[in-house]
Amino acid sequence: MPDYTPPLRDISFVLDEVVEFQDLFATEAFGHVDADTVHTVLAEVGRFMAEVVAPTNRDGDVIGSSWQPDGSVITPDSFKPAYRQMVAAGYGAIPFDPDFGGGGFPWVSAIAIQEMLTSANMAFSLWALLTQGAIDAFTHHGSDEQKAMYLPKMLTGEWTGTMNLTEPHAGSDVGALTSKAEPVGDGSYRITGQKIYITYGEQDLSENIIHLVLARTPGAAPGTRGISMFVVPKFLVNDDGSLGERNGVSCVSIEHKLGIHGSPTCVLAYENAIGWLVGEDGDGMRNMFTMMNNARLSVGLEGLALAERAYQQALQYSLDRTQGTAVGAAKGVSSPIIDHADVRRMLMTQRSWIDAMRCLVYTNAAEIDRSKANGGDEARGHKELADLLIPLSKGLCTDLGNELTSLAVQIHGGMGYVEETGVAQHYRDARIAPIYEGTNGIQAADLVGRKLPMRGGAVVFEQLDAFDHTAAELSKDPELARFGQNLTEAIEVTRECSRWLLENGAVDPNNALAGSVPYLRMLGTVMCAGLVGKAALVAAANDTGAEADFYRAKKISAKFFGEQILPTAPALAGAVMAGPDDLFALTPQQLA
Amino acid sequence: MKVVVCVKQIPDPADPGALDPETRTLKRDVKLILDESDSYGVEMALQLVDAAGEGEVILVSMAPNGERSGLATALAMGAASAILISDPELVGSDALTTAKLLATAVKDQGADLIIAGSESSDGYTGVVPEQIAGVLDLPSVTAAKSIEVDGSSIKVQRQTDGGYDDVTCPLPAVVSVTAGVVEPRYPSFKGIMAAKNKPVEEKSAADLGFDASQVGWAGAGQEIIEVTDAPKRQAGEVIEDDGEAFTKIVAYLENMKVI
Repeated sequence: MPDYTPPLRDISFVLDEVVEFQDLFATEAFGHVDADTVHTVLAEVGRFMAEVVAPTNRDGDVIGSSWQPDGSVITPDSFKPAYRQMVAAGYGAIPFDPDFGGGGFPWVSAIAIQEMLTSANMAFSLWALLTQGAIDAFTHHGSDEQKAMYLPKMLTGEWTGTMNLTEPHAGSDVGALTSKAEPVGDGSYRITGQKIYITYGEQDLSENIIHLVLARTPGAAPGTRGISMFVVPKFLVNDDGSLGERNGVSCVSIEHKLGIHGSPTCVLAYENAIGWLVGEDGDGMRNMFTMMNNARLSVGLEGLALAERAYQQALQYSLDRTQGTAVGAAKGVSSPIIDHADVRRMLMTQRSWIDAMRCLVYTNAAEIDRSKANGGDEARGHKELADLLIPLSKGLCTDLGNELTSLAVQIHGGMGYVEETGVAQHYRDARIAPIYEGTNGIQAADLVGRKLPMRGGAVVFEQLDAFDHTAAELSKDPELARFGQNLTEAIEVTRECSRWLLENGAVDPNNALAGSVPYLRMLGTVMCAGLVGKAALVAAANDTGAEADFYRAKKISAKFFGEQILPTAPALAGAVMAGPDDLFALTPQQLA
Repeated sequence: MKVVVCVKQIPDPADPGALDPETRTLKRDVKLILDESDSYGVEMALQLVDAAGEGEVILVSMAPNGERSGLATALAMGAASAILISDPELVGSDALTTAKLLATAVKDQGADLIIAGSESSDGYTGVVPEQIAGVLDLPSVTAAKSIEVDGSSIKVQRQTDGGYDDVTCPLPAVVSVTAGVVEPRYPSFKGIMAAKNKPVEEKSAADLGFDASQVGWAGAGQEIIEVTDAPKRQAGEVIEDDGEAFTKIVAYLENMKVI
């Protein structure tokens, strides 16, 4: 039994029958691709992730990356051949600009690749993720010279990228950063400052590292308006593309973390490092926001990816481990624990949420693609939906990453708490995802502060209206009628909560902020339910034929979601509409 | 340098099909993938062509149901083209018929070298490469762990129980390759995209000059009389340590030829 089996059939089901991504291939942007080719690529990539990357996951955790006194960072030995083979295979280039060696595939196909890479080894996946972000930054804001210099080798993965935002006193409040960039008159700048939490800021995998650094030019405005973005390569690049001198950036330490030990989280010191502006002076934050949607979606995906990997392990354990006699088993028989109702409850909760998360995240990615591949009002509609879904994908899926990997530990019983089984690693690795790339608190604030108020709430209400139709369809199938009824009720409560937040948030932002996290959970769960409802209807229509078993399983997973998970959403109404009074009623002394 | 590699597409061993109780053969009406044991031959052929600096790798395969996904994998690895012998009449063909069909398809390719896996991972007859050599009247080298081209001959390291034999053989020749001797490359993204446009020529038994009576069940000279389950694993031997247990363990390992 391999450690990780790529869920290719589940992925193709979501792509073909829930997201229905075929429409993308009728657009000019993606006309050179077709669904069959995407599935062929995913099958080969999945095999690679399972055979090459997944076996390195344990090393990443147990050996981890280590900092050396000379400032270098050593990754686990097994990471090197995996990195080398992944660069040779060129999978990182698939969604990017063909002019620079990319495949020009839709983002949703890259999301499927990323899911499998992250399930295989989340700590390893991060060099690719950060490189992707840097490629996005150059693509949208880099000069032609910068694109020509950096993109080809970043698309292959020969050079990796990093994002340098955080400083010791500038975390969620990026505007507080103090790194300085002094122009020297030849178009370049000298960058000085200290950056923390720099993922893969130093490593021994790639021949060069391209740092994107936020810093202030002399006389820049305070706060976020005065921030600019600079490219600072670890090794300066000569005109002929060869590598020149080492730049003035060094790794002074790496963090000792709860999880993702294989991923070096670096403190980088910039001392008169040579850098060049990316985009315009003062546009640093705007540039960051360009990347934000993709980056947040990818982090949301981490919740799904780790839940999937942990689920596969827990399911196998539940089949192998015998304990107690299950109801209905012969007397004296030691039953596999999968025969116990509570273990089934945990497995179904995982299975059902994983199916739902995949619908949510992949829909989000396809909406990003549709917003780019279409024009005019149609594009705007897709963009709005994609923007609305981002905080839901990030916030909901990373919270669930915690909850579902925790269930996987629980299924392992005492052995789950023992590192030997490896399941605890998934639980520890998953814990960062609700924190980085904007904490889930910030996602919820983004949801109630920016996303819900789009067009006076119409983006949310239009989705809920569409789901009313899904609920009506579900009600026609006797097996799904309860799901349909629950969906109707949940939609109505979500409408009421949304209206309350819009009205009362306008009076006092704390009204909306106080209920923002439960609201994210509510809206995210209802959004999942609407998509899972669609999946259930597709599955119900395919209950005969060669894949009847597969579709039956999808229908039951959806039914479980509709009957046992969805009802938790309207139950949050009290917390959503409670306002801030109780949160602030106690003094800090009383809280002690 | 032109290298023909015989490859087989088999049911995914991770999701194996069942035996057909009537014919006592494996059901192959599921999705087929490239037999992993053939990926070593493909890799070796690609390396030989790379080393020669010119030439190409051509695949030859046989599948009754027209399946191509396994071929697509090998084409994405870098093979230039494929010949797929595909015909419903082929169901039930035995090893010798298979070898005759493959040999006929290979014959006109002008191959310098024909490579095959030692045995397939579904049928395990392990005789097809040698039969192809017999049909084509070519020298046959088995169990190769490495192949080096030297002008008009090859030097082959041939795996044995105790190590390997150095074998020199004139070209053209048929060489069977042991699984695990090279690291098969994963198809690159560019390779996968390029494979879409690589030619796969489909041929029926008739195209190759065989009539229905010569292939499939009708033409099979061998018959599967009975299929039995593999014997259950015997209980292990427990050695009580009386202070001398190590001698028994050493004797056991010697008996296994492990030491």
